[in-house]
Amino acid sequence: MKKSLSLPRILTIACLVLLAVMVQLISMGALPFIDNYMIRVLNLCAVYAILGLSMNLVNGFTGMFSLGQAGFMAVGAYVTALFAMTPEVKERVFYLEPIEEWLGAIHMPFIVALLLGGLAAAVLSFFIGFPVLRLKGDYLAIATLGFAEIIRIIFLNLQTITNGAMGVKNIPPTADIRWCFAVLTLMVVFMLRLINSSYGRAFKAIRDDEIAAEAMGINLFKHKMMSFILSSFIAGIGGGLMASVVSAITPNLFRFTLAYDILLIVVLGGQGSITGTVVSAFVITAAKEWLRWLDAGFSLGPITVPEIAGLRMVIFSVLLMVIILFYRQGFFGSREFSWEGLFNIFRPKKKGDKKEAA
Amino acid sequence: MSETTAARRVLHTEAATMRFGGVTAVNNLNVEVFEGEIVALIGPNGAGKTTAFNLITGVYTPTEGKVFFAPGRSGEAPQAETEITGKKADAITRMGMARTFQNIRLFKTQTVFENILIGQHLHIKSGLFSAVLGIGHKEEKAMRERADELLQLLGLDHVRNEPCASLPYGLQRKLEIARALATNPTLLLLDEPAAGMNPQETVELTDFIRDIRSRFSLSVLMIEHHMDLVMDISDRIYVLDFGQTIAAGTPAEIQNNPRVIEAYLGVDADA
Repeated sequence: MKKSLSLPRILTIACLVLLAVMVQLISMGALPFIDNYMIRVLNLCAVYAILGLSMNLVNGFTGMFSLGQAGFMAVGAYVTALFAMTPEVKERVFYLEPIEEWLGAIHMPFIVALLLGGLAAAVLSFFIGFPVLRLKGDYLAIATLGFAEIIRIIFLNLQTITNGAMGVKNIPPTADIRWCFAVLTLMVVFMLRLINSSYGRAFKAIRDDEIAAEAMGINLFKHKMMSFILSSFIAGIGGGLMASVVSAITPNLFRFTLAYDILLIVVLGGQGSITGTVVSAFVITAAKEWLRWLDAGFSLGPITVPEIAGLRMVIFSVLLMVIILFYRQGFFGSREFSWEGLFNIFRPKKKGDKKEAA
Repeated sequence: MSETTAARRVLHTEAATMRFGGVTAVNNLNVEVFEGEIVALIGPNGAGKTTAFNLITGVYTPTEGKVFFAPGRSGEAPQAETEITGKKADAITRMGMARTFQNIRLFKTQTVFENILIGQHLHIKSGLFSAVLGIGHKEEKAMRERADELLQLLGLDHVRNEPCASLPYGLQRKLEIARALATNPTLLLLDEPAAGMNPQETVELTDFIRDIRSRFSLSVLMIEHHMDLVMDISDRIYVLDFGQTIAAGTPAEIQNNPRVIEAYLGVDADA
């Protein structure tokens, strides 16, 4: 069915090639209007998009209100960072108390460290999932949030492993823009395939109606666990990338507010829309940077607003409220981008009528 | 229509009782369903019919008593009866018992086609990763083909790609039955299939249930209030009132049973 529509396929491949070329040009510094600061923002956009996908899988597609993302990110970030750093750097970073010997000696390629970071988060989520996934709704949110905080507090106190409150610095900046966008593309493809597979349909069935899903022979716990573990794996990968992008991490980076940042992306983009998550991750992350002038104080005609740190965050809070009050579906609802859909917008409404109504 | 040829028992409950605190919703229920039968469970509102369904399908574990089911798939050699008391709903469905709900529970954000596909997920053999990586694409293709077949068979193919929430009520009911059939059951439990239907639709439903019974070699246990439908289609009927089984028998027997008339119409009614 899909193979007959070769035009969308060609367009998709063309877009991916274009993206690859752009990313390559940017990383070579061939585009003068894109400076290091912008590259950093783009990297963060990609990382947040990955994190958004992770949260959307659980919250948007499987209908479980989980807020544990920050904890799994922390695990991914620390594992990736500590495994990817060279023993010499680690020795310098852990100057207060030396690092555990076995950990200090480990050094592996970034990709292996990143995968291990994702796996570590996945394994942890498996154990957390046993007690937590029996809960529903708000209770699940509170429990997952609690576990994320526990992870953070443990990391804060494991001086010889995580360097405690001082955090880990000088993480190799391997994850450049090529890395970030490559991983993001992989994750988007993975999510699309997952969501359109039989398991993805089972996830959505659980979201729509748990009782009916169970009556259809779907093992609720097993499928929720699958979704939770996959989501944590993606969060771990996102955390690992983030560690490399920002090059210094502390436990406080993974406070529960981080989960809200990601939740904002998912809700604004539309729960249950991969397109929405990616678009809103880029829009929000970029806007957060562009709106920095708000914090610095400004004058609107006769009114002078003094310097208020965090004023730009107020904008996002208001935006979130407006969305939730008036536009609960978010930008995309549960719709996905498709070339067909795009063509239908420009086509005179004849054949498209039915689809528009739907 | 009763063609009980040395019938094999597909389902039976042994003194199944369900208490919620001090309330006994179902007391000492002994229901039997034989292969190929259509059995109705009737009774006034609050008689415990849906609770009885929930006991059988594993939504509740009976406070006392046992439930037995002969597992199998339609078209396959039947298996011996096994106890299913306390098993979870999804496990029971995988054994070959499927149900519909009184208040339609379709997967609202999905299309008609996707609803049917979800009904087949329980038989999936590919693991998560082979399904995602496309190694299991043959199975996926087979599922899609079977879903299309089923839609065509049940006359739902014209709404294949509609979001199921946009269907008219009667079709939603039909889709819910179709979705249950997609799990490939031997025993189908219908919870008020004719609720909210007009007389014309009810007549069509009667034919529809008969049709799927023979086509998919099913046994059917149903809760229903439409007496025309019940009397027309059932091989046997159980009557519940306040959790008690007050009568059991063929439609003719039930129609003339004074206790049933009393429960439905109050005392001193002329039947």
